[in-house]
Amino acid sequence: MALVDREPSRYLPDYDVQAPKQLHFSPYADNGGSVVAIAGDDFSIIAADTRLSAGFSIYTRKQEKLFTLSSNTVLGCSGCWCDTLTLTRVMAARMQMYEHEHHKTMATPAAAQMLSTMLYYKRFFPYYVSNILAGLDSEGKGVIYRYDPVGHCEKNYYVAGGSSGALLQPLLDNQVGYLNQENVEKVPITKEKALAIIKDVFTSAAERDIYTGDGIFIKIITKDGIATDFFELRRD
Amino acid sequence: MSMPNKADCFSSLPFWQNGPAPGAFYNFPGTAASSSNYNDCGIQRTQTPMVTGSSVIGIQYKDGIIIAADVLASYGSLARFRNCERVMKVNDNIILGAGGDYADYQYLRSLIEQKIIDEKCLDDGFTLKPKSLHCWLTRVMYNKRSNFNPLWNNFIIGGIEDGKPFLGTVDKLGTAFSDPVIATGYGAYLATPILTKAYDANSQMTEEEATNLIYKVMQVLFYRDARSFPKYHLGVISKEKGVEIRGPIEIEHNWEVSTMGRNQLR
Repeated sequence: MALVDREPSRYLPDYDVQAPKQLHFSPYADNGGSVVAIAGDDFSIIAADTRLSAGFSIYTRKQEKLFTLSSNTVLGCSGCWCDTLTLTRVMAARMQMYEHEHHKTMATPAAAQMLSTMLYYKRFFPYYVSNILAGLDSEGKGVIYRYDPVGHCEKNYYVAGGSSGALLQPLLDNQVGYLNQENVEKVPITKEKALAIIKDVFTSAAERDIYTGDGIFIKIITKDGIATDFFELRRD
Repeated sequence: MSMPNKADCFSSLPFWQNGPAPGAFYNFPGTAASSSNYNDCGIQRTQTPMVTGSSVIGIQYKDGIIIAADVLASYGSLARFRNCERVMKVNDNIILGAGGDYADYQYLRSLIEQKIIDEKCLDDGFTLKPKSLHCWLTRVMYNKRSNFNPLWNNFIIGGIEDGKPFLGTVDKLGTAFSDPVIATGYGAYLATPILTKAYDANSQMTEEEATNLIYKVMQVLFYRDARSFPKYHLGVISKEKGVEIRGPIEIEHNWEVSTMGRNQLR
């Protein structure tokens, strides 16, 4: 069987039948999932839902998609799960190699740059993963980095990504970034407010997006370490 | 499709590098024809499964894991081979069930069996654990898919690790996860709801309750999945009793309802 389905010159649309067609192998799958992260002056919060799905079926309802890379860096992944598994494993290995080589853990901005390089290295057969990296910078300020699958990296302080990314980003723009609001006092976000917003936006996303739901794991990164929280979402 | 390795295994090697080969057309370099069809045939890889097994189901019970798969290997819609075991014992703490292309499963089984022999030869008292095999399989499947040469299978791995039951799965892309209830193929649609409901109601099932549940589920699959068969094998693993492959187990079935009260064909 050739890679091309049929010769274009021989294709007769009138004789097309509504029958199962030979599908070719695709190395990618969309396994869904959403990640939201908000950074403040002295903290960084990242959350990801726990649903792993494909098409109309749910593979599992309790898949953690947050990967703790160091005591102050957490990576959240969604998209093609097999690529996520590979990427995070290589990432963890390189974090460890760095630690052995330099006798210190890799700082968040360095990990952010490394992730970008690793993604671009696979530019022509990309990891189909939407990554969000949360952590603290060298001064202890919260930082978030977002990526596209081929390694474009952007620093931010609030980000939504994954299957509900397009749904949630404008909501965060409004609620965290105070965009399109008039006569509003732009107070820096507190940890409690950020946590409440994250729970709210995920609840909203679970209402509309079938690839987001079941629950969220939340990692709260401060100078004292990483605290973990879990919050239930609708399971249908 | 032009492949990087120009050596076609069915024709002779060229006399010298980039030179003419016996029995083959030769295009002089620089001419228009030389860049076209010469050695363009490439190699054939699994782009589609041929002889396939249907669903595999697995569930965790109080003391361990049960995996079940029927014995049919279909060739498209033809029930081609009707006595193919698809559940295997890997070692004393792992069982494995396979769906999808049967040849690919046989290939992988030979790899795993060799792995187990190699490990026995070391004689250091260490044996492969289910999570390790699961992780290894993930890498094998992912690397094959990355070379566009996938093993067209769904695997379910069950076992006991550190005294706790483990149930995980890997598909042809290397997508992997672990869950107390797993079903592949049509089982994902037909078996998972029944298994999950039973597991949520009682996660501490006895072996007997679990095997009865599996029987019911395999029966449902036989009634609705056209590529299934009323005969299946069970892989049972527990802390106390170790690994046991049971079967073939026959499924009772009754199609009287299909005649709608008429017992004769007209």
